[in-house]
Formats: sequence, structure tokens, C-alpha cells
Amino acid sequence: MKPPPFAYHRPESREAVDRLLAELGDEAKILAGGQSLIPILNMRLSSPAHLIDINGLAGEAREPVHDDGAVRFGPLVRHADAEHGAHPLLDAAMEFVGHPAIRSRGTVVGSVAHADPAAELPAALLALAGEVRLRCANGSRTLSAHEFFVGALENACGGDEWVEEVSIPTAEEGTGYAVEEFARRHGDYAICGVMAAARTDSVRLVHFGIASLPIVTDVSADDDVRARVREALTDVEVADDLHGTERYRRHLAEVLGERAAARAAVRAV
Amino acid sequence: MDVGPGDRVAISLTVNGVQRDVEVETRRLLSDALRHDLGLTGTHVGCEHGVCGCCTVLVDDRPVRSCLMFAVQAAGHEVKTVEGLAGPDGELSPLQQAFKEHHGLQCGFCTPGFLMLASTFYERAGEMSDKEIREALGGQLCRCTGYVGIVNAVRAAGKSA
Amino acid sequence: MTTRMFGERVERHEDDRLLRGQGRYTDDFEADAAHAAFVRSHHAHARIVDIDVTGALDVDGVYAVYTYDDLDGKFAEPLPLIIPHEAIADGRTQYALARDEVRYVGETIAMIVARDRYIAEDAADAIVVQYEPLPVVADIEVAAAPGAPVVHTGRADNVIARVAEEHGDADAGFAKAAHTFEWRFDIERSAATPLEGRGVVARFGEDGSLLVHDSTQAPTGIRNGLSRLFDLDLDRVNVVAPDVGGGFGVKVIQFYPEEVMVPLAARRLGMAVKWTEDRREHFIGSTHERKQVHHVRVGADEEGRILALETSFLHDSGAYCPYGLIIPIISAAQLPGPYRLDNYRYDFTALFTNCVATSPYRGAGRPHGAFVMERVMDRLAVELKLDRAEIRRRNLIQPDEFPYDVGVTFQDGGPTVYDSGDYPMGLARLLEEADYEGFEKRRRSAKRKGRRIGLGIAAYVEGTGIGPYEGAAVNVQVDGTVTVATGLSSQGQGHQTIFAQIVADQLGVPVDRIRVRTGDTRGFGWGVGTFASRTAVVSGNAVHKAAVAVRAQAAELAARVLEADPEDIEFEDGRVGVVGSPAQGLPIGQLAAIANPLRYAFGEESAEAALYTRRVYASQEVPLPDGTTPGLNATEYYSPASGVFGFGMHAAEVEVDLATCEVRILRYTVGHDCGRVINPIIVEGQMYGGVAQGIGGALYERMAYDEDGQLLNASFMDFLMPYATELPEPALFHTETPSPNNALGVKGVGEAGTIPVAAAIANAISDAIGRPIDKMPISPSELFDLIHAA
Repeated sequence: MKPPPFAYHRPESREAVDRLLAELGDEAKILAGGQSLIPILNMRLSSPAHLIDINGLAGEAREPVHDDGAVRFGPLVRHADAEHGAHPLLDAAMEFVGHPAIRSRGTVVGSVAHADPAAELPAALLALAGEVRLRCANGSRTLSAHEFFVGALENACGGDEWVEEVSIPTAEEGTGYAVEEFARRHGDYAICGVMAAARTDSVRLVHFGIASLPIVTDVSADDDVRARVREALTDVEVADDLHGTERYRRHLAEVLGERAAARAAVRAV
Repeated sequence: MDVGPGDRVAISLTVNGVQRDVEVETRRLLSDALRHDLGLTGTHVGCEHGVCGCCTVLVDDRPVRSCLMFAVQAAGHEVKTVEGLAGPDGELSPLQQAFKEHHGLQCGFCTPGFLMLASTFYERAGEMSDKEIREALGGQLCRCTGYVGIVNAVRAAGKSA
Repeated sequence: MTTRMFGERVERHEDDRLLRGQGRYTDDFEADAAHAAFVRSHHAHARIVDIDVTGALDVDGVYAVYTYDDLDGKFAEPLPLIIPHEAIADGRTQYALARDEVRYVGETIAMIVARDRYIAEDAADAIVVQYEPLPVVADIEVAAAPGAPVVHTGRADNVIARVAEEHGDADAGFAKAAHTFEWRFDIERSAATPLEGRGVVARFGEDGSLLVHDSTQAPTGIRNGLSRLFDLDLDRVNVVAPDVGGGFGVKVIQFYPEEVMVPLAARRLGMAVKWTEDRREHFIGSTHERKQVHHVRVGADEEGRILALETSFLHDSGAYCPYGLIIPIISAAQLPGPYRLDNYRYDFTALFTNCVATSPYRGAGRPHGAFVMERVMDRLAVELKLDRAEIRRRNLIQPDEFPYDVGVTFQDGGPTVYDSGDYPMGLARLLEEADYEGFEKRRRSAKRKGRRIGLGIAAYVEGTGIGPYEGAAVNVQVDGTVTVATGLSSQGQGHQTIFAQIVADQLGVPVDRIRVRTGDTRGFGWGVGTFASRTAVVSGNAVHKAAVAVRAQAAELAARVLEADPEDIEFEDGRVGVVGSPAQGLPIGQLAAIANPLRYAFGEESAEAALYTRRVYASQEVPLPDGTTPGLNATEYYSPASGVFGFGMHAAEVEVDLATCEVRILRYTVGHDCGRVINPIIVEGQMYGGVAQGIGGALYERMAYDEDGQLLNASFMDFLMPYATELPEPALFHTETPSPNNALGVKGVGEAGTIPVAAAIANAISDAIGRPIDKMPISPSELFDLIHAA
């Protein structure tokens, strides 16, 4: 399980990354934390001709930046540096993200860009109506989380674009957050997970791990949460695999959705 | 840095406090560089996909799975491996001693990974609950001990710290 | 003789080195070796139409590429069927590299040797194999059905063998039974998955001798095989099992193809060659185990006493049967467990499937038998409305019935005769330790809070310590240390410590002055291997015999030197003296020096020996009397007449989360009896580790093949082994009913922790939800389906 050969680049500025991507396009993959990419390479499930290692970018913030009503994560903010205090929902979500050794290297931006439908951070971004800023040699553009996640492991980046920042609105008064996740082992990807962001009269639920994209459901205070979740999943193709049947996942989605909504609502006072 | 596929590059990294220079292909995993290019075979390889933790070392004092990092990425950084845990006179560290006293190992293959991970938090383990210790040791597989001796060792090391 | 070290909690000798990262596992040797990789089949069943290796030969750094066409003589023959059985008419084993047809995903097709493993894998990717897919059968029930696709083209069907046996008269028993039930039980495929995969490094010396380092559980067996294969005298082949990162059965001699190909490449290329298995290879290239389907009929009287039990089962051997029928034979022989089954009948059909071959994994057939027997007990209890402990009590073999003949053939070919045990005592203790009496109250209290809990118990009897033999050499060095060598090897069980304890007791030398070397044919070339929980019994007794012999030599010589009676010689603290005369005596090292009568001294210790020689001649005696040999050393062998039978009982208290159907183990109690215990620390470690694998097998670990014979979960991401966060700390207690069949009174314990776990947990879950769980492992999703079934 050794990786195939690749040409290796270690640019020192964001502009240098832009230039490499302009030249190489989809022959290149960005290497940030490597916790998702390197297993793929070791298993030879992918053989990119070029790797662009962005760990050498100079002057990048290593911690989340709080400004202007938002919390911003640059490309080299590791999970381990975002675990506490960035945002109450992230504080809760990070506990489920892999294990300490994974969190030492994995980055927030990298996890979002990887767009794994069973991962916590993409779902958290959707729950918080976060944004993703893409850039390329021709400039940058900002997409909503919803616009960014296009499919399982698929994001809206064009061939020469990469993610330079992920941001979420600062937590407001009167909001409450909760995460429910069911996995077979501590730290595994979710068989079914729910991010909940509540205000006093409504809760946004984001289900992950059950389909090719996270599912966002807005529930108001007097709704029957389980019924709303059932409804939201009616036309969704729910995963059926080794770890859980479709029927089981739908059941978990309701159970965990209800639990997450209740816990988040309690904190929204 | 721009290196072609299959080309080798000279890098310098600090391992257990000593500067080491080595020439590697860019795809050379840190685990392989430590074991085969630097002769430090104490770090073991169990899965090469980041689940078992046998290959855990410290990079800049943080636990890292060395099978999920390229050696070139460690250039200029400080790496610590199990070979560096014992004291200057060769005396076992308190953590190693605790593993010995509490039967924290059997075949020894997962042990270096556990030691390196535990070295980052064991001093607090005296005040941690059993659940907290197990969570802090999460992501490391052991097939021999059922983890009982390992948890006891980490807790004991913490209590005596 | 006073037993001082035996039974003591001695800290392991092995640990210092391993804790420093100074363990040396197979991949740590031969830094300059060339590296091998293999091309393995993507198809579960296919004809190989063509193998184009030209791409591989073009890769810079590749030294050689081999396919079947490059094999000749014995290397071109199928690998050995290592445990033949009369019932196997037409057994099949694979070729070292596939010839014409592949029969499982993972089967070796080509081997590449290159400068490093990265290049070898690049070359493997460049090899193009053209396959003609053939029909696949991945499930044993499908494989057993008439008209099924045939795994081995040319054979009439997929049946390897059918074996049947009867003890008593099952039909008569059923006729008398007040109640008869028929149930089906399934155990799913799983595997040992040690954290160190397999590995082989081979080097031919300039003199044509062969040295192999192999992560194996049977270096002597590998050596025997390689000697024959390469036409080398036994003493020109040496195999070393260095530190081995876990075995659990999967690393016992097969031969695996790589164990043949790596030395072959080393010879052809004239260089050291190394192969280190990676994790993906381990899933599809190292053996699996566990899959069986049992159809059971049981007849009981009104009081729940079993009058007849019959099982008809299918056993999944995978694509080949190198290990013969050992697993199903053990399942059949050990199924009765601690119960009196006066009328017991079994038949099994071992079948080929297009999956990885199976061979023993911790428990080796006993977990299957225990699962069936213990589920039967609980189901009977439910049907007859009896307490589950009481129904077991009524069926237990009593302490005065030993030796007890189960009435069927054991895996060694002899009868299954239990040597000793006290099952009622074991059960009583378990119920006490697990607070069985208090359980219903706990259940009611939980129920009031909306929680569902259940308690399950499971018992087993484990045949251990089987032959044919093991040997040991004990040698007192002139510096007073003692060296011990055995042919059998270690994978973490602390052998180097327990053997030192046994020797310490005989020779009075402190444990830390005794050095034990295992698994190196250069140190000891005869032996069988580490499996079937046999080390403490067979090697332990061989070590004991050798130590006893050395003690006798030493006492004899000391008596002459000290002018005393051999009966009055005592051994303590590294000294040999005369009882009651503290002033007399000498260090045992000096005695060892004297034992080698010298003319030429080579240092202070031997000066005394040289002087001794002169004194002996002065007294007109002979320095080395007839029947004695130089030095204080002995080599002894122990060949047991039969296995010895340990036993145990587990209690699992679980909670089933009705919302998620997750099973949480609230409390796990283990009682076990392995006769006399050499080192409680080691035994506890074996129990904790065994239980962990058992829990893995009950709730998490299953090799999931699809209908096309593709292994869906060939990685640690999807084959789930529990972390520390998923496992409880079991409460252990042990009892000791020594074996009368060996001098140390010991029984094996290596597999004990695993054997009844799936049964105990299945019983507990069934108890919690009021529905039978007859298949293991069970996941939350499967439990959900069961609970919500129409």
C-alpha cells in the first residue's frame, strides 16, 4: 500500500498555488492535512500526476480568526487548533472528528473541500449557513455552503480553483447547538449524524452520513420533528450498506433528529 | 520546491533531538523513512490507512500518524519516536515503566504508537475518568491486551507524575 | 522442592526491549534486501487467459518477475495439505502462483522483486492479467446445493469431506424426549487480524545454506518444509520467528505461497529478498475462519435434561483446504462442552467456496460449538420456562465423573476425554461473581427507567496442550546464568517469562538470570508450533523435564564435590549447598564449570574446574563418569498422551438501546480454569485479550463477501475491530483444577477468553429483548431488523 509516483510541488504563496492549478488543472490534487488524501493514495484508488502541498504557504493564520460577525478559517487551520472556542457547534462537532492524531494534521478547509457526506464539518457548515471562498488565478468568488457541496466527495470548484477560506457567522445570543452522531466506533464516520442549530422558534437540522449529500431540514418549534424528518427524507436516496440498511438509517435519522433538536432548543434560551 | 515523480530530494529533520539528513522520493511515507532510511524501526506499520495508530509519532509535539505524512513534509520539523522516550542514562520513562508494571503490552507491535500518543497527555491521566482515558487513547488498535493493561498503565503513570 | 516462582506475578522479561522500540519484527531485518510484491486476483473465480509482464520489466529498479511458468519441480506442485484426513478424498491446495485458474480474490498470480516496495507495487500495477470470469459461489449453502457452481473445475461438487459420528443412540434419546426442538445457528466469517501482518525474509549464504526470518507461529514446521522443498539437509536450513506482532492462529504453517516464493527468489537472484504483507493483502491473502451453519435438533425431558442432541452443519473452507478438517472436527468434538450428552450425533460437510481459505483462529472451532450449545441451553430454558442457570446445572458433568469420555474423536485423532474439572463449582462461582441473584431486580429497575438490559451466561470446555511434542534445552552457564531454548515460538504470550519461572524453581537461580530463546531453529531445531493453547502445557512440561534433569545432574555432581548425599543438596539464590550446612556450597556457575572437567583453564571460574580434574585423578576416579555429559545441561522432550481440558464460564450483562439498537456491555464476568497457573499476570492478559476478540466477534467483526466473491470490507475502515472506547474491563476470577496428566498440572489458556463470548452476548441480548439471537456477529442495524420484523 505505497502511493504511486507523483510530481510534487510546495508553493509558498496562494498566488503560486493559483499558477500551478492554472497550468495543471485536474492533473493536480491539493495536499493539506492529508488524512483523507494519503489513505486514498496508499490504496492507489487515485493516481494524481501532481500533488500541490500547501503546508508550506507562508504567513497563513494557524488559528480561526474572529472578525466582523464571522469566524474565518484559512487553509492551514488544523482541527486541533479549532477544537475549542471557535463556535459552540464546532466545539461539539470536533469531538466526533476522527482521533487526536487525525486532528493534528487534518484541516478545517480540507475537510470541507473533501465534501464527504459522512463527515461532520461539511454538515456543520450547512447548519450554520457558512460560506466557502474559492480562488484561482483569475480571482475569487464566495459560495454558500449549499452551493459548494454538489455531490458525494464533489464540490463546486472548477478545475483551476481551490478553497482558500471557510467562514461561519459568529454565534448569536438566543441560539443553541447540538450534535448527535451514531457510529460503530468512537471516531468513525457517521452511520447517521445530525447537526442542530436552534433559535427560540425554530431549529435547522442537517443530517449527514445517510445519503450522498447532507440533508437540511428546517423545523419550527411546534412541529413533530420525526414527522418533518421523515417528510424531508421521502425523496432522498438513503444509503444501504454493510453498516446499516436504508430502513435503519431512516429510523436513526428520526430518532437522532429528534434528540438533536430537543437538545439544541434547550440551549437556545 | 518542485520535484518530478521518482526523483529524490535531500531533506533535513530533527529526530529525537538529533538532526538527520536523508534523501527520499517525495512519495516516501514518513513511516518508511523513519524505519528504513533512518534505521529507527521502533515505529511500526499496521495498516497504512490511518486507522490502527501503530505508526504514531510526535511531530512538533503533536501525535501524528506517520503513515499519513510524506517524509518531505517533515523537513524542518521535530519528530519524536519511541526510541527517544528513555532517559539519557537509558532509564525507562515513567510511562514506559508503568506499561511494564501493569502488563500494558504483549506482542509489543502497537506499543510504540500507544506510548507516543500517551506521552502527550499521561500527566493528566491521574485525574481523568476511565472513559476519558479510553477516549484519549481512541484511534489506536491493540489486538492482544484488550486495552486493560494499557489503560491501567496510563492511569498509573499519571498518578505518579 | 518448594514452588516459589511458579504461580508468582513475575513482570515480563520481554517488556524492556519492546518498550524501547528495540523489538525486532520480520520487516526490521535485512535492511538491504530486495522487496517483493504480488499481483493478486481481482476475480473470485476465473480462468487466466494471459499474463503480460512486459510493462513490469520496464520499470526501473525491478529485478525479476515470476509467474507459474517460471516454477519448476516441487515448486510447480500445489502447496501441501498439511493435516490430511481419511475423509478427504480429493483435497485441493493452491499453487504458489496461480496456474490457469484463480479461485478467490487475493490469490497470488505473479511476484515482482524490486529495489524497494514502492517500485515493486508500480511494477505490479503494470502487469496486465486477462481473465475469463467463471461462475462464483461465495456462500456455503449455495455451494452445498445441487447444481451449484463448482469452485474446482473438474470436481463433481464443492464437498471436501463429510464426517459423521455418534455417541450413544440419538434416535432412542429423541424417542424418549418430552420436548424436541429444531433450531438453526449461524456463525459468520471473521479473521484473526493481528496488527503485524505476515512477512518473510530469506537469504542464501555463500555455502548454499538458507536463513529465513518469518513472522510465523511454527518456525520448525517451516524449516522442515523448506528443507524438503529446496533439497537441503535440515541443518542447512534455519528459520527464525523473531518478535512477532500477534498471531492468533493465522500465522501457523500453511505454507502460504509467499513462504515458498520469497526463498525461491532469494536463491535465483542471489540476494536477500523480503516480503512484508500490507493490510489490504492481509485481508485477502491470509486465512479467515468462523463461518459455519448448524441445524440442530435437541430432545429434553420435562426437567430440561438433554436426552439427545444432533447437529448437522456446513463448514466453509474457502477456496482451498490446506488445514484439512481441523476446525469442524474441533467444533463437533467440543460442542458438548461441560454437559453430559449421552446421546450425541453430528455430521458436517466441509465445502469449498470462492473465498479466502480458512484455518484456525483463536478458538479454532470451539467458539462455534460453544455458540450452538449455549444458545440451545438458553432456548431450552425459555421453552421449558426454567431458569437458565438451573437448566445448565441439571446437565453438567459432575466432579466425580472424571476422566470423562465425551464419546467422539478429538482433533488429534484420539478420543475426547476430559481429564479434570469442576463445572458445578465454576458455575456457582460465576453466578456469585456476576451477582446473578440480583439481576432480576436490576432488570426491573432499568425497565422502570425505560431501559432494556439482559444477562447471558455461557460455558465451555477447551481441549488444550495437544501433542505431538515439544522440546527444551536448559544450560547452566559458567557465570551462573541459565539459558533455555525451545523450538516453539512466541507472539506476545510471555513465554520467555513463564519458562524462566519453571526453571527458577528447579535450579534456585533468580528469574532475571534466566534467558529464554524461543522460535529460532539455530537454538533449538525440533518442535511443532504455537497453536491450540499448548505452550504452557507442552513446552512448559518439556522445560520442566529439562530443568529437573539438570537439577539431578547438578545434585549428583555437587554431592561428589561437597562430599554429601545428593538428597541433601539444595538450590537457592544461585548457589548449590548442603541442607543444614550454610558454610558449604558454591555458586551454580562454578558447579557448571566443574561439570566440564578441564585441563586448560580459561578464567577464574574454570581454574577450579581444572583443579577439580586433578583431584579426581588423584582419588583414582574418572572426571566424567559413565552416563554423564559435560556441563550442566539437558535436552528433554514432552509428548502428551492426550490433550488436557480447561473450562470456563462467562456472564455478560448488556443493555440494548431501543432507539439505536446499540448493544452496550454493562458488566462482563469471566471465570476460567486452566489448572495450575504459572504466572497470573500472563493469564490475565490472555483472558482480557481473548475476551476483546470475542466481543469483536460478537458485535463488530465480520468478513463481508458479496455474491461475486468480492470482499466488501477489506480495510480497517470497514472491518471493525473495537478500540478501547468500545470495550469494557472484564472482571476475572480463576479456579484451579489441576490436570493429573502432566507433572506441572497445567492446562492451556490462550484461547479461553474468546471461546464463549459470542454465546454469552447472544444470550444476553436475547434475554434483553425477548427474542432469540441465533447468528453472530450482530450489528445494531441487524438487531433493528430483528426487533422490527413483522
